[in-house]
Amino acid sequence: MSAQEETVSGQPGNQMSAARRGAPAPAAGRAARSKNSLGYLIARRMALGIALLFAASMLIFGGVEALPGDFATTYLGQEATPQAVANIREELGLDRPMTERYLSWLGGILQGDFGTSWSNHNSVGEQIWKRLSDSLLLAGVSALISIPLAIGLGMIAVLYRNRIPDKVISILSLAAISLPEFFIGYLLIQFFTVQLGISEFPATVYDGMSLGERLSAIVLPVATLVTVVLAHMMRMTRSAILNVMSSAYVETAELKGLSALRIIAEHAAPNAVAPVVTVIALNLAALVVGVVVVEVVFVYPGIGQYMVDAVTVRDMPVVQGCGLLFAAIYIVLNMVADIVSILANPRLRHPR
Amino acid sequence: MRLRSMPISARIGLAGIMLVALCAIFAPLIAPYSESAVVGEVWAPMGGDFILGTDNLGRDLLSRLIYGARATLFVALAATLLSFSIGMTLSFTAVVSGGIVDQVLSRLNDLLMSIPALILALIVLAVLPQNIGILIVVMAAIDSTRVYRIGRAVALDVSVMDYVEAAWLRGEGKLWIIFREILPNTLAPLLGEFGLRFAFSILFLSTLSFLGLGIQPPVADWGGMVKDNKEGIIFGVSAALAPGAAIAFLVICVNLVVDWLINATASLKGARGDA
Repeated sequence: MSAQEETVSGQPGNQMSAARRGAPAPAAGRAARSKNSLGYLIARRMALGIALLFAASMLIFGGVEALPGDFATTYLGQEATPQAVANIREELGLDRPMTERYLSWLGGILQGDFGTSWSNHNSVGEQIWKRLSDSLLLAGVSALISIPLAIGLGMIAVLYRNRIPDKVISILSLAAISLPEFFIGYLLIQFFTVQLGISEFPATVYDGMSLGERLSAIVLPVATLVTVVLAHMMRMTRSAILNVMSSAYVETAELKGLSALRIIAEHAAPNAVAPVVTVIALNLAALVVGVVVVEVVFVYPGIGQYMVDAVTVRDMPVVQGCGLLFAAIYIVLNMVADIVSILANPRLRHPR
Repeated sequence: MRLRSMPISARIGLAGIMLVALCAIFAPLIAPYSESAVVGEVWAPMGGDFILGTDNLGRDLLSRLIYGARATLFVALAATLLSFSIGMTLSFTAVVSGGIVDQVLSRLNDLLMSIPALILALIVLAVLPQNIGILIVVMAAIDSTRVYRIGRAVALDVSVMDYVEAAWLRGEGKLWIIFREILPNTLAPLLGEFGLRFAFSILFLSTLSFLGLGIQPPVADWGGMVKDNKEGIIFGVSAALAPGAAIAFLVICVNLVVDWLINATASLKGARGDA
């Protein structure tokens, strides 16, 4: 679902434009060369990423506090006595000023301590690290399958543009991006588990399972994620390559009589690297979020399931910790995409 | 963009959207049973008195599906309209004002977009009380960041046109520039965007309801119906698949129309090729 919103937001390279627009105007007389050096640009993009991460942590912590609704009252229910509310506020540390709580929260997280859960008083950090590897396994395997497949199919679609293979691919991918993730998941369960009986449900993994057993347990969740991400990635790859192919310099190369192979190798490919890498990074980010729904569908003990459970019981330390983690992964992936685009496309090194 | 030149795919899409809209408007007339009445046994199979069978509490699935079109369509449409109002107002203001206003709004927008939409929604809905009004506002606020980004880009292109310059020189105010110069010239590309955001809103709402954070029972909505009936899947009860298929049907129809809208408006730009 998030992938769709990326296609929609038009330009890939989400935060890149921000980096460019935010650039201070080069001071007159200063050597413009150092301003545009690769190292400087990359360092600036990384600094922006870190700044965003901090701002996001403030938003996740402070924004939540600014919303109406008192945690202690939610925690105890509407009928709680004022005394009980005061006690619980003290117990949870809500009576301290917000900045103090924010700083100790952030300081703790920097040391790997996400606080304790309100509902069962377990360490949030412990749960997160344990579940994170399970979620990353799910996302990683899906990425390994979907990336080569998407790029290959995207290229086939371009090669046979407006002919049968392209039409088939575009109809199928339109259908796939229109299906909610949970519907794809249940369709797969209905078909493979209920009718054929060849795969397991729920997709439980537990400690002490070998990698092979884990992989066979997550076949259906991975298939769901691949279907969702593949469609988006393919459409974006197709339009990124088509965009390059329909540019003026490719037309010039065509008109001066270069062979198709040389046009692709010398003119199109170097310019297509950046958009395709951006497409991949954006879809990896979408994949990490897609994990949330898929984990709920397949009752998979990952970090997404953990967060959704916490949201339903309003267990704020867990919600905020997981939220920050998801945001961090998303921000880092976007940052990597931008840096690769800067490396691949010299034109981005000269911001206007 | 004439209706006559509409391709067959877009016609199918439009017909599908109208079908769902009719179901939503005339739900009490069409539905064989009431929305929340328990009329049969739990998870009765298809056929007989109940065309699609019954749900996890013994309510008629088809009736709930028809009533569900109401909540799903209404909330998604309201959220999209609100998000466009917010996003376009802010982005046009940013473009017309420029300078510090633009910087502040754009950086804030970047910040909000740096957190994935679903995650942001989960965090916010964990705190706020659950009702339809709040749900619409939260969905709209999150979505408006995406509208802002595209709105700003489109408005920026228009704002450097000679006729806008001429309007400034005539001494028109900001409101005139926004509503009389920029808005009419950005409507065509934003129309396609509206369709895309609407499709996204339907999926987003359904996902939230599926996770138990969207529309609350006993009101029927398609995402929530999947959640209600999901336990049945392993017993071979396909009650959860019908609302899922309804969501897919509606979104495919919207996307078919959007594809046509985007192609029709893209040709206005006169670009080479068909990317």
